[in-house]
Amino acid sequence: MRYIRPLSMEDAVGQLAGSSGTAAILAGGSDLLVRMKGGFIEPDLIVDIKAIDGLGEIRETAEGYSIGAAVSCALMGESAALKREWPGVVEAAKLIGSKQVQGRCTIVGNLCNASPAADSVPALVAAGARALIAGPGGKRTVAVEAVPTGPGKTSLAKGEIIEAILLDRRAPRSGDAYLRFIPRTEMDIAVVSAGVNLTLDEAGVVKAARVALGAVAATVLLVEEAAEALIGRKLDEAALERLAKVCSGACRPIDDKRGTVEFRRKVAGVLARRAATTAYARAGGK
Amino acid sequence: MNFDPRYSGRNFTSVGTRPIRPDGVDKVTGRARYGADFNMAGQLVGRVLRSPHAHATIRKIDTSKAEKLPGVKAVITAADLPDLTDGDAAMYDILDNCMARKKALYDGHAVAAVAAVDARTARQALKLIEVDYEVLPHVTDVDEAMKHSAPVLNDTIFTEGVEEKPARPSNVTTRTQYGHGDIHKGFGQADYVVERSFKTEQTHQGYIEPHACVANVSSDGTADLWVCTQGHFVYRQHCAQLLGMEASKLRVTSSEIGGGFGGKTHVWAEPVALALSRKAGRPVKLVMTRDEVFRASGPTSATSIDVRIGASKDGTITAAEATLRYSCGPYAGMWAEIGAMTAFACYRLENVKTVGYEVLVNRPKTAAYRAPSAPMAAFAVESTVDELAKEIGIDPVEFRIRNAAQEGTRSSYGPVYGPIGIGPTLEAAKNHPHMKAPLGKNQGRGMACGFWFNFGGQTCTDLNIGMDGSVSLAVGTVDVGGSRASLSLVAAEELGIAYEQVKAVVADTSSLGYNDMTDGSRGTFSSSMATISAARNAIKILRERAAQTWDIPVEDVVWEKGHAIAKGEKYGNLAALSLREIAAASGKTGGPIAGHSELVADGAGVSFATHICDIEVDPETGATRVLRYTVVQDAGKAVHPTYVEGQYQGGAAQGIGWALNEEYIYGKDGRLQNPGFLDYRIPVCSDLPMIDTQILEIPNPNHPYGVRGVGETSIVPPLAAIANAVSNAAGVRMTHIPMSPPRILAAIEAERGG
Repeated sequence: MRYIRPLSMEDAVGQLAGSSGTAAILAGGSDLLVRMKGGFIEPDLIVDIKAIDGLGEIRETAEGYSIGAAVSCALMGESAALKREWPGVVEAAKLIGSKQVQGRCTIVGNLCNASPAADSVPALVAAGARALIAGPGGKRTVAVEAVPTGPGKTSLAKGEIIEAILLDRRAPRSGDAYLRFIPRTEMDIAVVSAGVNLTLDEAGVVKAARVALGAVAATVLLVEEAAEALIGRKLDEAALERLAKVCSGACRPIDDKRGTVEFRRKVAGVLARRAATTAYARAGGK
Repeated sequence: MNFDPRYSGRNFTSVGTRPIRPDGVDKVTGRARYGADFNMAGQLVGRVLRSPHAHATIRKIDTSKAEKLPGVKAVITAADLPDLTDGDAAMYDILDNCMARKKALYDGHAVAAVAAVDARTARQALKLIEVDYEVLPHVTDVDEAMKHSAPVLNDTIFTEGVEEKPARPSNVTTRTQYGHGDIHKGFGQADYVVERSFKTEQTHQGYIEPHACVANVSSDGTADLWVCTQGHFVYRQHCAQLLGMEASKLRVTSSEIGGGFGGKTHVWAEPVALALSRKAGRPVKLVMTRDEVFRASGPTSATSIDVRIGASKDGTITAAEATLRYSCGPYAGMWAEIGAMTAFACYRLENVKTVGYEVLVNRPKTAAYRAPSAPMAAFAVESTVDELAKEIGIDPVEFRIRNAAQEGTRSSYGPVYGPIGIGPTLEAAKNHPHMKAPLGKNQGRGMACGFWFNFGGQTCTDLNIGMDGSVSLAVGTVDVGGSRASLSLVAAEELGIAYEQVKAVVADTSSLGYNDMTDGSRGTFSSSMATISAARNAIKILRERAAQTWDIPVEDVVWEKGHAIAKGEKYGNLAALSLREIAAASGKTGGPIAGHSELVADGAGVSFATHICDIEVDPETGATRVLRYTVVQDAGKAVHPTYVEGQYQGGAAQGIGWALNEEYIYGKDGRLQNPGFLDYRIPVCSDLPMIDTQILEIPNPNHPYGVRGVGETSIVPPLAAIANAVSNAAGVRMTHIPMSPPRILAAIEAERGG
């Protein structure tokens, strides 16, 4: 096994592209090291990206925010601006693992681990976040929901590294929220989760909405019909009922050790409804 | 030895205080040495190959490729652990469980092991071992395993305890029955009868420290074993017997222990490590991974229990009956029997009958888990008691008080009780402010009682007085809950010196006579008895030395507050001699001063508890939150109240996890789906409220200070107390443990749907 710690993205991409055998990217390591310790993978090459300039920073840009691939979730929680503008994304990032794990883990790692139950991903999808990808052919930007393609699988090509997650600057009267269901209070994995992102008009009517569900299908679901249930309405009981129903119906869950199909369907609706209520309040809706 | 163990009321100086524990600083600074912290020069890494199949015949194991891998120093299979058990069926089961002989009987069953220069080589070597399995049909569910159609795990087993020997083998090894009176008559007298069926899933003790040991077999046939265990003397006996050694040639040293709860009373890795070391000629360290601990150590039984209780209008129970089926893993056990004994132990019953069935399944061999078998029986009985009280229209606490066992009651399992604490714990619970606290929406309160026998057993202790007057106490019961602090308090109390003057250690197997394990809540009960006895023997010598110094008859010397005092007017001018002074002169008065004690600590007083808890249920998700929890338990005498409270809280915490989320989940393939702490959900700190405790002290007549064991009873009521609270909060009776959110939500939806 070879471990390298390149100082530039070009070098990292080059090393990765030129590698033979199994290669793995190391940022926080909170997934990779666990998988290695468990004997699930034995990479021939580990590319540690933490020394690459700028990857450990949250930058405010003209368009919004750029969260570097080596930014820990704890650091996101310390950014007052990010918390103010994207509270749902930050609360999702701050639910991963334990306090100690949050000091290491990253949202890019969470995205690339490609678990359907990843905590930050539904929040990012709801937020309309994009991934900035560096690769042998240059840079490209894709919607985050295009990155995971199935459990443990991503659309990244050989040699590609996600450099940052991009979030837009907020329109006025916007709010997002993320909720997950776990049987415990912390240090657990989502059985079902929901991220909701809303923008209201001056009258408190929902102008734009994005609703994402986690752990109810092979990848995180962006439920457009759920957004439609909210757009053009205030968050009245009928809209919430419709949202819950649509979300329950959109699930394609499985029975497994963490929950049943019936449980996940039902709770997806409950969480979407509760997350929408919080997002609405955060957007200033009454 | 003319030691008198009977209780004598006295005022205490040290006992009942709360000094810091002698092992505390090392534990919080990380200096304490646990099982995996011991290392030897030249030590190899041991790893175990485990069956991926729930049930399979082992046709052939080819280890030749693994043996050729550079760095591999030994590979063993069952052939390297020949059967020396000489017809001892229980020992044969232990041997077969350590290393499968003919069949792999569960997912995780050890089939081979390697010792190599490093972990990577050992892992590679395991991949090179070729095992030819013939996969057999398996059964993991306790009810399924009892059916005629179930695959039979062991075709030499014909159910025992039935009148006629069955015609065919089955997975039911034994039927046992307890009780007295005539239940048919009793049910005939009943105005109300409630009958319910319950299930509990299998749980693990969940100790944070995995099993770990270092074995070193010398070329002269002697050996050392450093190991994390609850009973190093028992480990020595078992290992010596399985390896064909004389017990005295094997020295076992117990490490600090990161939790055992009954799960470290059984050998798994240790005989394997010794066999590897013997074959490799080098020390071998074997540390189980968490995955191995879940798959292949000793969880508790899964159960299926039917209960029927009848009562008259005035709230008197007229008859009680239970049928209890407990999984044992693939080897015979007596788990259902213990359930059958404890089920109705809290009550004064004229007509009672319990029947237990021990059931073999393709799961790991069941081991003890804190008051083993009692929590599940209490869950079934106390849930039914609650429902019956509701039907009659009596307050559940009042109903229990009316039927509680008392001194002189013949217990449902046979013996007649002495002074006991069930009534007092119920009265204390009834009067506790918790009982009257208001409840909010979706919140429910539950309460339940629990019983545990407690155990005494063989105990040997040495008390050595140094020339500086400090005292070292060597005990043979592993300290699992602060017993070194408690026993130091007892030695200080008896000798009349300061707690700080005493240092207690857990001695290895070559330094003391045999001790039973720290199980059955016996650690402080039995070792304090032996410590009192040893201290009294030392005091006898101290008095003799003083008498010698003064040149007076020893009968005229008494021991008070750490001093020898010459008794009577004629010695008025003799200044008292302190323990320090006598110790300092010991070299000239006859040599070292020590007290020894070897005894069987009989008369462990039975223990009772009553728990109260408040739970909130989210009716939309089935999520639960424990809002408040109170433990009331009889300690006899709390030697170190902080550690008694710790035992109460620990048992409640484990019970809460068991009640709400913990369970072994097997797939259709018979493989364990959740062998890790992510999906085997023990509670985290934020899941629990501060657990309130109330210690009652009803002296045990069979202990000089009145001490009773306290470690286990606290896990008996929680499953039932929480089930009663959840049922009250959700408005639907929960009969399946754990009450995980999907189960609660399904029950609520079913109730709504009618």
